[in-house]
Amino acid sequence: MREMMQNMREAALKAILESEDVDSLESLRVRYLGKKGELTGILRQMGKLSAEERPRMGQLANQLRAELETALEQRRAALKEALLEARLREEALDVTLPGTPAVLGHKHPMYNVLDQIKSIFLSMGFEIVDGPEVELAEYNFTKLNIEESHPSRDWTDTFYFTPDSRVLLRTQTSPMQIHAMETKPLPIRMIAPGRVYRKDEVDATHSPMFHQIEGMVIDKGVTMSDLKATLNLVVEKIYGKGTVTRFRPHHFPFTEPSCELDIQCHKCGGRGCPTCKGEGWIEVLGAGMVHPKVLAGCGIDPDVYSGWAFGMGLERLAMGEYKITDLRLIFENDVRFLEQF
Amino acid sequence: MKLSRKWLNEFIDLPITEVGDRAFAEAMSVSGSKVEATDDLTRSISGVICARVLSLEKHPDSDHMFVAQLDAGPHGVYQVVTGAWNVHQGDLVPLAVDGAHLPNGMAIRSGRLRGVESQGMLCSLKELNLTTHDFPEAEITAAAVLQDYHPLNPDKPSISSAIAPGDKIFGPVVAARVNAAIRSPRGMIVDLFSGDAEPLRVGTPCTNLHTGDLVALNTKSGTVCTLADLRAEQAEFPHCIPDGIFVFPVELTPGAELSAFLGYDDHIVDFEITPNRPDCLCMLGLAREAAVTFSKPLHLHTPVVRADAGGEIGDLVKITIEEPSLCRRYTARMVKNVKIAPSPAWMRERIRAAGMRPINNLVDITNYVMLEYGQPMHAFDFSCVKNAEIRVRLAKPGESIKTLDGTDRPLSTSMLCICDTDRPVGVAGVMGGENSEIVGDTAMVLFESANFDGASIRRTATALGMRTDASSRYEKGLDPENTLKAVQRACELVELLGAGEVVEGIIDAYPSPVPETVLHLDPEKINRLLGTDLTVPAMLKILQDLGFSADTATPDNPIIHVPSWRADVVHYSDLAEEVARFYGYNNIPTRFTSGAASAGGFSPEQQCENRVGEVCRSLGMDEIITYSFISPSAYDRIRLPADSPLRNSLKILNPLGEDTSVMRTTILPSMLEILTRNYNYRNPSANFYEIGRTYHPRPDGLADEPKTLSLGAYGPNMNFYKVKGWAETILSSLGISGARFVADAENPSYHPGRCADILVSGETIGVLGQIHPRVMRNYSSDFEAFCAQLSFDALFRLRGATPVFKPLPRFPAVSRDIAVVCPAEVPAGDMVEVIKKAGGMKLVECRVFDVYQGHHIEAGKKSVAFSLSMRSDDGTLTDADADEIVKNVLKALKESFSAEIR
Repeated sequence: MREMMQNMREAALKAILESEDVDSLESLRVRYLGKKGELTGILRQMGKLSAEERPRMGQLANQLRAELETALEQRRAALKEALLEARLREEALDVTLPGTPAVLGHKHPMYNVLDQIKSIFLSMGFEIVDGPEVELAEYNFTKLNIEESHPSRDWTDTFYFTPDSRVLLRTQTSPMQIHAMETKPLPIRMIAPGRVYRKDEVDATHSPMFHQIEGMVIDKGVTMSDLKATLNLVVEKIYGKGTVTRFRPHHFPFTEPSCELDIQCHKCGGRGCPTCKGEGWIEVLGAGMVHPKVLAGCGIDPDVYSGWAFGMGLERLAMGEYKITDLRLIFENDVRFLEQF
Repeated sequence: MKLSRKWLNEFIDLPITEVGDRAFAEAMSVSGSKVEATDDLTRSISGVICARVLSLEKHPDSDHMFVAQLDAGPHGVYQVVTGAWNVHQGDLVPLAVDGAHLPNGMAIRSGRLRGVESQGMLCSLKELNLTTHDFPEAEITAAAVLQDYHPLNPDKPSISSAIAPGDKIFGPVVAARVNAAIRSPRGMIVDLFSGDAEPLRVGTPCTNLHTGDLVALNTKSGTVCTLADLRAEQAEFPHCIPDGIFVFPVELTPGAELSAFLGYDDHIVDFEITPNRPDCLCMLGLAREAAVTFSKPLHLHTPVVRADAGGEIGDLVKITIEEPSLCRRYTARMVKNVKIAPSPAWMRERIRAAGMRPINNLVDITNYVMLEYGQPMHAFDFSCVKNAEIRVRLAKPGESIKTLDGTDRPLSTSMLCICDTDRPVGVAGVMGGENSEIVGDTAMVLFESANFDGASIRRTATALGMRTDASSRYEKGLDPENTLKAVQRACELVELLGAGEVVEGIIDAYPSPVPETVLHLDPEKINRLLGTDLTVPAMLKILQDLGFSADTATPDNPIIHVPSWRADVVHYSDLAEEVARFYGYNNIPTRFTSGAASAGGFSPEQQCENRVGEVCRSLGMDEIITYSFISPSAYDRIRLPADSPLRNSLKILNPLGEDTSVMRTTILPSMLEILTRNYNYRNPSANFYEIGRTYHPRPDGLADEPKTLSLGAYGPNMNFYKVKGWAETILSSLGISGARFVADAENPSYHPGRCADILVSGETIGVLGQIHPRVMRNYSSDFEAFCAQLSFDALFRLRGATPVFKPLPRFPAVSRDIAVVCPAEVPAGDMVEVIKKAGGMKLVECRVFDVYQGHHIEAGKKSVAFSLSMRSDDGTLTDADADEIVKNVLKALKESFSAEIR
């Protein structure tokens, strides 16, 4: 009987190891260990054994059962792993094929740039204000210290709605300075981006409608030092750390002293190249100390409060940022243009 | 404003070797005179030297070229082939040697011309970028050389090819051979043989003659005929041209570098002068700025006039200012025995450096004074001023004038004119009249040095479309104190140039002198504006260097007298700028000295706008920016009814064109224009959004400017339900629930069967759908476009509050699908509303998943299938509970729509 078990063990182990799938493994289990299996068959003959031999054989049979069960289990696990491996091989993909397209819209490039500037000023505690585009000459010119005979008031330069030149399309965002000073509690820290209009024929660098960003700070003790410190910081955030700036005297009727801010040409490092038209510098924005007359005109005492303001063109900034060569592209809204940004 | 560095040295000692172009540009720019560009003229020419013609021979293989041997002094002898006929032995000419480059961009190389070696090129004025305005002596007169005759009609030549000396051409004109030709100071002297025994020796200004040439001799006048004399066209004598080599009118050394002689030894600095600084539109003004910028003394010159012509101007002319508000001052002097001639080279060179054109001595003097002093001047031929009287008055109705540029210009009664007793002789401050122009035989000149109102000059110049050097200065408002100095300087120059004799006396009409501006220097205020800590003496030093004077009786608070040329300085802040400019903007400390901490941030409305943009982009739409103005015809294109209130738009009275002439009251045309443009560009699809304003007239003349969210798309995957889905997503992203979409067959811009109004709480906040094919036709298109317009202000107002967390469901939902058959016209949306009502609280979702018409369905009916999802918060729903709900739903559908279960 021991011999029978021995033979069965060898045959069974061999069969288990050679079995190729889970089904055949299951039939091996039934064949050897099932209720009607070979081991049961052998144990049925136990009755023929002596009383001393019976427990020994019983023990052997139990060992054999355990051994076969382990072998079956191991083989089953191995087959399962092999099956998985095979599936993985089968499931392999050509990862170089394109991904499923997900359509994402694009922000207009100019508003990308505007958002960048907004966030810079928001982080410095400025608020963003909005105002009318159909404006009074009073706000667009007069209260900004722009005299009656100033050329910018000409009908050749400004769009008018009334024959008496009272109502117009704002030519600059600067009237927002007046609106802010007249309506907001002091101190004021604001930027006002928006559309402005001038009577320029459309070409590669002109458009009758374009965008500006106005900015203004009114507080006690504000000086040109603040103007320089703030605008230097803004320029560094836009153009990168270490950008070299220079402040150059300029003229705006509503600021005094007035200045323009140039950055050193990043392309040539100031030596002069086509990008900066040989000047070595690129003009970025105009600024100045709010004219005491303008403050007083808005009911703010220039002996107590002072302020600074700046204005910059958005189109030129966006064109510089994205190397856009023709202003017309900005308002043409061609999908092939918009999708590049 | 162009500034010659050479000329600048007359006012301040600032050689180019001490301050180079870059340093000059940088320093001037940061002190307030922005340098736009610097033209280093020395770089525009090289390798051009003076050479003397040693000999000249006909080119062996050409009928019109010569081979010249040239002595270039220490550079040796050159052989050059030239096509020019005006060069003769002994002439001094500009020789461009191998490797030379010329101001017109030419690079010169040695080479062979028809087999003959040519070691360079002889230059014409044109090749040196010069004209006879710059070198009047270099004017060339061409004789008609008969062997160059090419008849216009070969069958009918006017001059026979066999013509011989002595043959008659016409009248007294006969053919003659040049037996000998030699140079003279005023042209040439030639011996002419015309058949007589003795050759005739004549002088001629023509310089294109050589021994052996056949010419036309006018036997009556004894002159050599030019083309004009023969009434010949240039094409008939192609080589007898008034052009040729620049033969130097003065003695120069062969081999000498020519850039200085030609005026190419200067550096021209181009300034952008801001409109508040008309005083810097001249040498003196810029020299003053440069002197302070570089801390150099400014050399000023006071003109001295001898005025020894005899007579007194007051006896010769009467001057009346009839419009003292437009002409504040009129200063005049008179010159007799005028000798019109070219002005000297130094003056011509300076005028040219400033970008102007030399004309003659008198005209050049007026321009020179304008460039030097900034005061525009005019010179009248006094013999043309009728009745010896000048009246400064407005033009009368119907008056006109032919200006110096030869154009007839009708004048309007708002235009200030300089007139004699009868007629205008000049448009004040803009341009003189041809009727009193300085010409070759002008004998008596009246110099005008006047001060006119800037705005008036600007309006006149604009109306006449002629912005001149004078008007562009006047329009900015000039210093009335300058007129006298300028007229004195002009007279001084007349005497210096020997251009005439100045008459004693000055007429100076200055009815109400402009008072001086006086300001208090308040150092504290200035430092407070600048963020500096400057002392009074430091401030005074800058101001005094600039020509301000100070009364220091109150040393802490001195009184400042503003110079007359600085009309822009009227306020302490202007003084602050002067101080800052020369203290240096870039030396002002950079620091945050103030500012109560303030919290910036997007306003709720800005946040809402940002959110809408984000959602639109995540739905695949690209943002566009469109013009706020449109064509009024756009309203017709989108088929607005004639009585639509939206047609009441703000009209621009002076638009660029019809297409941009009214402020849009609806944003739809802007979107359609962009969609059509993209379609025409053959972009296969486009999905756009814009948050843009519309402009609605208000009684006060201004506008309400609400914002609209505009969506628009076309393409293969685009349809009504997609744009509706966008609208639904945008609404839900803003927490707006309960929106209803109501079919709108009346909107004229949209497809009557594919348009829905968007209603929230009974308020219409927008519209969406497919654009009406007739509208598309109006845009010359036939593709299907889908658009939506939603009031952004309504979206913002109706947006939901911050969401409040709802516990997740604890019990599973039961779902049932039902399909009913109902009349085809019943809107599915209405059915969903009925179902939701009938289903009660436990019906948590009802979704249409199929609509079917056709096979198996009775005509006029449709099958609609709904998926219902039911759930209770109290426990798992039983089948019986669900069946009960479905039963109620079916009952309600039957009652409301006669819908039968399928």
